[in-house]
Amino acid sequence: MDDVMVDGNALAGELSEVFSQEMTLARVACGSCGAVEQLGADHAYTRAPGMVLRCCHCDHVLLVMVRAGEQLRVSLAGSRWIDL
Amino acid sequence: MLDMPEWPGHRAGQHVDVRLTAEDGYQAQRSYSIASAPEDDRLAITVEALPDGEVSSYLVGELRVGDQLELRGPIGGYFVWEADRTEPLLLVAGGSGVVPLMSMIRHRHAAGATVPTKLLFSSRAWEDVIYRDELERLASAGDGFAVIHILTRMQPEGWTGYTRRVDAAMLSDVGWSASAMPASFVCGPTPFVEAVASALVLLGHAAPTIKTERFGPTGG
Repeated sequence: MDDVMVDGNALAGELSEVFSQEMTLARVACGSCGAVEQLGADHAYTRAPGMVLRCCHCDHVLLVMVRAGEQLRVSLAGSRWIDL
Repeated sequence: MLDMPEWPGHRAGQHVDVRLTAEDGYQAQRSYSIASAPEDDRLAITVEALPDGEVSSYLVGELRVGDQLELRGPIGGYFVWEADRTEPLLLVAGGSGVVPLMSMIRHRHAAGATVPTKLLFSSRAWEDVIYRDELERLASAGDGFAVIHILTRMQPEGWTGYTRRVDAAMLSDVGWSASAMPASFVCGPTPFVEAVASALVLLGHAAPTIKTERFGPTGG
């Protein structure tokens, strides 16, 4: 594992390709522990094959973005909801 | 320094993504914090050359005046400070983590803001202190801005400042007390940010008032 944790803020550029709003201030509810945090405060891993956002309280995976060629797959399965 | 046609303007603390494309189509992308104030004419990013950094070594070694770069941004709304905020400001930087904080300091100065502001800046040696002269100038302006340097590896002769890593005792001695309800911004390598943010929480600062920007392993 040489992938070190950074802040959700680090995903802002990639998220700007998907969402029309600035996403680091969006509130995300963890699908596991229920904690609600601004996306920028959660933890991000950007050097994996994809980009992963994890809950800063329980480490649950909230969001995954994987790019394969022209295709970008976004999974929000780990988030209960996102407030924009 | 970059001329940015159609640049929408940025906020202090935001970053840009720089993308390089090789002739064979290989792409590499890195994020760099913006160093200039929103009030400045040109966009400045500060890039530290890393030994194995495929993007930083190009930007520092190969890039020439007049070359074009592919940029995405400005990005981020989380690690942002505006000069109309009134809380005392605590900025804590490890090495090149000072870059987005410098944008805030320059913004504060350009906007004529006078909120009491302290920068705790940890560097390895005096020669490594980024923006050293500009920081000294701004700190002597008498508008409520102070710099506390920490030199962890090598100190000039007669150095009386801090030499240890930033800890709770140091933040308690020279930072703002939690009761002053300061806004805190911490930027640097991941372990540095972890240590400082934990120490601030230990001292009673509310987690939402502490904004962090971790670098990860390297900027690359």
